[in-house]
Amino acid sequence: MKVIIMGCGRVGAQLAGLLDADGHDVTILDTDAYSFRRLAPTFGGTALLGNGIDEAALKRAGIEEADVFVALTQGDNRNVMAAQIAKHIFNVPRVISRIYDPLRQELYDTLGIEAFSPTTIFAQLVKEKIES
Amino acid sequence: MYIIIVGGGRVGYYLARALLDEEHEVLIIEKKASFCEIINEEMGSVCVRGDGCEATTLADVGTGRADMLVAVTGDDEDNLVACQVAKYKFNVSRTIARIRNPQNEVIFKKLGVDVTVSATDIILEAIEKEVPTHPLTHLLTLSDKGLEIVEVRIPPDSAAIGKLVKEIPLPKGSKLALVIPRDRKPRIPTPSTVIREGDHVIALTTPESEAELRVALTST
Repeated sequence: MKVIIMGCGRVGAQLAGLLDADGHDVTILDTDAYSFRRLAPTFGGTALLGNGIDEAALKRAGIEEADVFVALTQGDNRNVMAAQIAKHIFNVPRVISRIYDPLRQELYDTLGIEAFSPTTIFAQLVKEKIES
Repeated sequence: MYIIIVGGGRVGYYLARALLDEEHEVLIIEKKASFCEIINEEMGSVCVRGDGCEATTLADVGTGRADMLVAVTGDDEDNLVACQVAKYKFNVSRTIARIRNPQNEVIFKKLGVDVTVSATDIILEAIEKEVPTHPLTHLLTLSDKGLEIVEVRIPPDSAAIGKLVKEIPLPKGSKLALVIPRDRKPRIPTPSTVIREGDHVIALTTPESEAELRVALTST
């Protein structure tokens, strides 16, 4: 599968490494080239400097052929904007976005973006740990 | 009208002032405490500190009864989300977003924002009107129909010169409405009208095919 990841933070870099190791065609985007230091030396995909909310950058990343788009920057709004461009402008079949704010995550989930909130998931996880 | 403004920077500030003068009910949502203080001191209690993209903040300020939400922060993505939350969660009927990147106009419309305003585009339009050498001028935008009326001047080296209207590869959705030759009367073009150097052509087009129309009429 061709996967585009927006945001080369810890999660983005980790995911890129895992998918690359499984043989997927991975392109990772970030606005700061320094972020690419997080990619493992064995990473065989493409690291591309660019802004995921910019149509031209997305085209350069090959979004027109992408099977999956994942938005993982620190900004909820940047993530949902990029995710919606991927879904509604470029018709990427599968679009996943991280949204920290649980209320916003609910809204965009109903608007057709596969959104997950680490806030909700992590709070639940810690609660279960404490109560177990 | 009850108008909510997201972003209390310069644009939000002056916009609020003008709307208050017109006796609208105005509320500004601004993240920075210092900006809120200044606004509340100068205009009365019209500014609430908070994130205008958060549903809880919007619920607190009674967005459900707002007639309009205008998002004028400096970040396009924040303006998009504020408008979408207002529209899809609170059913606000009119949303307006300020955009920095002019290309976002099409994207925002597709994603549910009613109106976008781009300073870049406004300045560009002013330049087009001021500079006579610019080959394409926007005359009128019919935004609810997704159409615009433009004027194209046929430059001396255009490949369209001497051709019949039907021979010119016009993009889909573009129509020539009027041809104004330099020294003769304006006429409504037919398929066999000949395009000449210096003609002013008034055309109906869509924002997407505007560039193609310009190429069809002006490229060498």
